[in-house]
Amino acid sequence: MDQRPALSVTGSGDSLVLSASGNWTVLEAERLDNEIGQVLKVPGGVRRVDIDLSGIDRFDTAGAWLIHRTARELIKGGAEVAYTGIGPSREILLGEVEKSDHEPAPPRKSPPIVLQMVEDTGNVVIESGRDLAKLTELLGNSLIIMVSFVFKPWKFRLTSITFHLEYMALRAVPIIALISFLIGGIILQQGAYQLRYFGAEILSIDLAGILVLREIGLILTAIMVAGRSGSAITAEIGSMKMREEIDALQTLALDPVEVLIVPRMIALIIAMPLLTFVADMAALTGAGLVAWIYIDMPPASYIPYLRNAVEVNTFLVGLIKAPFMALVIGMIACLEGLQVQGSAESLGRQTTASVVKAIFMVIVLDGLFAMFFAAIDY
Amino acid sequence: MQPPAAKGAGDSAGENREAIVRARGIKVGFGATNIIDGLDLDVYRGEVLGVVGGSGTGKSVLLRTLVGLLPRRGGTIEMFGVDVDSANTEERRAVERRWGILFQQGALFSSLTVKQNIQVPMREHLQMPQALMDELAELKIAMVGLNPDAADKFPSELSGGMIKRASLARALALDPDLVFLDEPTSGLDPIGAADFDDLISKMRETLGLTVFMVTHDLDSLFSICDRVAALGNKKILVAGDLKTVIENPDPWIQEYFRGKRARGMAARISRS
Repeated sequence: MDQRPALSVTGSGDSLVLSASGNWTVLEAERLDNEIGQVLKVPGGVRRVDIDLSGIDRFDTAGAWLIHRTARELIKGGAEVAYTGIGPSREILLGEVEKSDHEPAPPRKSPPIVLQMVEDTGNVVIESGRDLAKLTELLGNSLIIMVSFVFKPWKFRLTSITFHLEYMALRAVPIIALISFLIGGIILQQGAYQLRYFGAEILSIDLAGILVLREIGLILTAIMVAGRSGSAITAEIGSMKMREEIDALQTLALDPVEVLIVPRMIALIIAMPLLTFVADMAALTGAGLVAWIYIDMPPASYIPYLRNAVEVNTFLVGLIKAPFMALVIGMIACLEGLQVQGSAESLGRQTTASVVKAIFMVIVLDGLFAMFFAAIDY
Repeated sequence: MQPPAAKGAGDSAGENREAIVRARGIKVGFGATNIIDGLDLDVYRGEVLGVVGGSGTGKSVLLRTLVGLLPRRGGTIEMFGVDVDSANTEERRAVERRWGILFQQGALFSSLTVKQNIQVPMREHLQMPQALMDELAELKIAMVGLNPDAADKFPSELSGGMIKRASLARALALDPDLVFLDEPTSGLDPIGAADFDDLISKMRETLGLTVFMVTHDLDSLFSICDRVAALGNKKILVAGDLKTVIENPDPWIQEYFRGKRARGMAARISRS
């Protein structure tokens, strides 16, 4: 290993001898690269170069490449090149290297950045359009299957639905109850704090009640479900897609939409209103607790006050929206799952996209509902 | 290539050669069971050693243990004359730099292109100008028989055979002395597999490569392996040239080498 590699030039006139010595290995490649750079600056007019390899101690492909490259450059410069002191195995190696030397493939062309941006924007728009079309197709497909259960009830996958319900609904209860409880308390506390200036502390209960039942309970639940169940659905379906399990289903004459997607959709549509109810109750409990501590309103008077402050339709507005949110989250999650390609990164990318798109759509949909309910004055 | 058994010298000739891997009394297990127990194995410089065995006999476990990916319960491993247990970090790094590994699924880094994959060991272990790294990476790509345009592709854009080749190119990036191949020809069509065998034997000839190959491919065994080690009963049943192995009376070996798929070739070797 201590054999320092070197390349020395001897000879004169139009004929030179390059003598290589030492270890010509990949470990020394950097130094050799520099040295060759020096040697190649020999004056023009050289007609014959002998490359003497007999001094080389260890020789590997990197060394062979450097020798070959030197020879190639010299030949390009108009010289005749011959190897001397080359053993049979080194000759094979040099031959291999020579055979493998061809023009590198042209680098992939990338258009100018402005054009790239325009192209990317266009692609995103087109992609969104396609997404919408696919979403509609999937929705229609699932609805047809759901309706067909009425006529073919034996096709209803109760086991599968129950299984998903356990994960999506039951196991989500603690976390959803907890965050809703906290948010309910925070809303009441903030409301009371701000309304105190107007001497209208008591109205913070109206505020918390209406806000929680109409919007917050549902939105919190939807966001939590999108993050929890939506991502799980995408990952499950995506990994099945990745390992060709979806293709296997199809070849077994089974419809992936019926087997995989519809049970999850149904479970989600059942789970969402239940979870929203849990969230509502937890938030109102949290608000009640804060009311007791913060504005001295014991539960015995908080509950009757709340009953007057909110009406049944306020409570129903939140619950009516829940199944639609479930539908949106489930559709997006399944669609993203089906769009997973062969690699694990694509699975990660689609799962992220699923959660982001689902949360975005939940909020958009909630806005539409707000306008709708305002218009019908409900 | 001529069948290696034509040399006819048997394993005794190997005794004098330098063993670059020397494993003694290896014991590896998971949970309550030992997969490998008291295994001895030598790999000699410049040979192609084929490791065969039924599924579950621990071929891949052996490979992973030798390169230090699995913990041992006992035994010693000497690599290039260095006892891997007593070696310090630096010595161990030096040893690791002298081997290359081709994993069964390729294990190419999926976020890097083929060229970048090959350059990873160069970049991490050596200081080399980018231009030279590019040239060397392109050289390796060509040497393993990939098209030049594969250089800028990502692993997800490659077919199974191309992944194996790209992965071999990465294993050879630092011109190692020893390569471990985990089922290099599995998943390749016969032509691709034969090409791969050729490639390995050519590398061995030109680079003086030593090859440790776990394989199921009888063609590979017959065409490029100098020695064969058969795993079974938690140890090496027999190691030696093909003739020695084929003539071993162990029922699994008999079934493996005398089965329908192997009969022709095995018969030829026995006669020779």
